[in-house]
Amino acid sequence: MLLAFGLFAAQLPKPAPKSGLAYAGADVRSLQADDFGNPGMLWVARGEKLWNMPAGRSNQSCASCHRDAQVTMKGVAARYPAVDVKNRSLLNLEGRINQCRESNQGAEGFRYESEELLSLTAYVAHQSRGMQLRVEITDFNRAHFERGRDTYYRRQGQMNLACTHCHERNADRKLLADTISEGHGNAYPIYRLEWQSAGSLHRRLRACYFGVRAEQPAAGSAELIDLELYLAWRAQGLPVETPGVRR
Amino acid sequence: MSMLSRIQVPAQARRGDVVPIRIAIQHPMETGYRPDNFGRRITKNVINTLTCRYNGVEVFRAEMGSGVSANPQLQFYVRVEAGGEFVFDWVDDSGQRGSERALIAVTG
Repeated sequence: MLLAFGLFAAQLPKPAPKSGLAYAGADVRSLQADDFGNPGMLWVARGEKLWNMPAGRSNQSCASCHRDAQVTMKGVAARYPAVDVKNRSLLNLEGRINQCRESNQGAEGFRYESEELLSLTAYVAHQSRGMQLRVEITDFNRAHFERGRDTYYRRQGQMNLACTHCHERNADRKLLADTISEGHGNAYPIYRLEWQSAGSLHRRLRACYFGVRAEQPAAGSAELIDLELYLAWRAQGLPVETPGVRR
Repeated sequence: MSMLSRIQVPAQARRGDVVPIRIAIQHPMETGYRPDNFGRRITKNVINTLTCRYNGVEVFRAEMGSGVSANPQLQFYVRVEAGGEFVFDWVDDSGQRGSERALIAVTG
């Protein structure tokens, strides 16, 4: 019975998902809405500089090929993670940026969670702000999607909890003094006041693994990218908010 | 990379207007109280002084300490009587300096 319910719940995303912004206080919401005051915009500004900076053996910048990011990158974040047609691997924005650096620019990939990768990711994702998340599940990415969904519903760690136990079955209820959010990733990279810095979705996911006392997969690992795909599907219809601000 | 900053100065104003000036700087504002992963204290490093000059005259000065958050953002107001240039200069405890400038046109 429980299993049947679990499978049914996995079939379709909730009709009206609720962004993490809805759980934030008025101060955090106004900080995110203010394009100058939003500290995440510092990362976006740095990303814009990097976009135009030549790198690697090719001595080409992102702009050399992709030109104006405001045009060419618009909508990209709304459909990622996506399967790379060449090597059939699932890439999130960070992975796509690094792949482009390595194979096209002839440069080394940035370390995950480095200022450079966060900034470029924030800059690229920012171009889709306000657009609705819409990943499509096709034969190319279905295996990844199913693995991500399995992770979402798998109990793990000493707490023996799955993502679903907090963010689906108990969203909007209290965990100590906090209200549990639905756990959508539509605002990443975000500026988190607790971190005093911008951070990636994978950093946040690893914090959840830590919270349930499970072994943390590395940032950028296949497990987290598959989960990111499932989360993007689950959050479809929500607008991209990058750079979001959260407590 | 050098210290990254953003400033917001109105492009134009009328003589005698009081205009808001904003600056945001990307900086960790390390308090000196935090330990690293090995328990060693991280050296204090904050932007200790920031000044703003308008046509060479100092109109704003901030002396900050470890109570100011990372990536600080400051806002103040200036009455503009003539067009000119705002020049910001700041320095942190490690000796790293930053600078930013913006022009404003004043009519009337």
